[in-house]
Amino acid sequence: MKKCLVVDDSKVIRMVARRILEELNFEIEEAVDGQDALDACNRTMPDAVLLDWNMPVKSGIEFLRDLRKTDGGGDPVVVFCTTENDMSHIREAIEAGANEYIMKPFDREIIEAKFAQVGLL
Amino acid sequence: MNQTDFELLSSILKERSGLVLTPDKTYLLESRLVPIARKRGMAGLEDLVSSIRQSKDEAVLSDITEAMTTNESFFFRDQKPFDVFEKEVLPKLLESRADKKTLRIWCAAASTGQEPYSLAIVLKENAAKMAGWRTEIVATDLSNEVLEKAKSGLYSQFEVQRGLPIQFLVKYFNQVNEMWQIDASIRGMVQYKPLNLLENFGGMGTFDVVFCRNVLIYFDQDTKAEVLGRTAKIMPSDGMLFLGGAETVLGVTDKFKPVDGLRGVYAVA
Repeated sequence: MKKCLVVDDSKVIRMVARRILEELNFEIEEAVDGQDALDACNRTMPDAVLLDWNMPVKSGIEFLRDLRKTDGGGDPVVVFCTTENDMSHIREAIEAGANEYIMKPFDREIIEAKFAQVGLL
Repeated sequence: MNQTDFELLSSILKERSGLVLTPDKTYLLESRLVPIARKRGMAGLEDLVSSIRQSKDEAVLSDITEAMTTNESFFFRDQKPFDVFEKEVLPKLLESRADKKTLRIWCAAASTGQEPYSLAIVLKENAAKMAGWRTEIVATDLSNEVLEKAKSGLYSQFEVQRGLPIQFLVKYFNQVNEMWQIDASIRGMVQYKPLNLLENFGGMGTFDVVFCRNVLIYFDQDTKAEVLGRTAKIMPSDGMLFLGGAETVLGVTDKFKPVDGLRGVYAVA
């Protein structure tokens, strides 16, 4: 079973994402901000990360830059999932090493399509 | 909806578009035609049907046909056919057409443009191998309304997230307010024309590749055979036909045969 780390400061979003991803056969771990996510990755590297952008303590983009510098941190497939929906944010995410990008609001179909595109399904 | 109303609407649709409406699709009539009734100031479907009974108003009939034949579409729908096109079919065509350097593709049920634009993106991505080539993508659909949307190349945030890899969004789209517009360089690769597959399409020239996906499923056997027969006539002997996942030529026509190892792809027989 593949492991997906769901990173979002909103409990509701984490719950919705968890439900969708569990149905897609992922084992879910949750993190509430970028630092929490980095700690989780240092314990066990997940196969995938669903990543919010704006969070307290450490943002999603800061987490991603740190992750990609970490040992083994190049492996997880990182899918942003954020309300930031302009081209400059998307470009910035790709440059930082994001594999896919979901603009909120999302639904099951979008998550499924994006995860399939990056070879996670 | 009562039986007589259903029969009237389904016979209109069969006659005008070839669409075969089975009773289990009654909900589709309701969900898609009520807005048309409302647009005309009527309360609902019953009023719409009785207005058709009184006068066969062409504008109403045309709106009904469009609403019922418009299908959902995604970029790179099902993914696999586009991979097969890029990795298997295109390289062969580049080889066999190396002298003429022309390639013509027909999207026979283009809907809101996602399929022809996906093919245009594939061609664009392979541009390095196609220097000096003249490529044409002709995209047709029964519905003028969807063709207008297709031509505009404007898609909602929701639409660009279904099937389109983010790298392609960045590379080939521009943000226009809340919408995303496919770049003029891609739009310019596709020509849109209204066309009813039940009518003669012999005048469009020949096509090396035909995408006719998820439209035959709405036709009865005879209509499928007839449309496929006329399609084969406008393809060269090494032409390739792509059908939808739930469609086949087997038991329908002998004008095409399945290609070994390539699901959903058919060669001219």
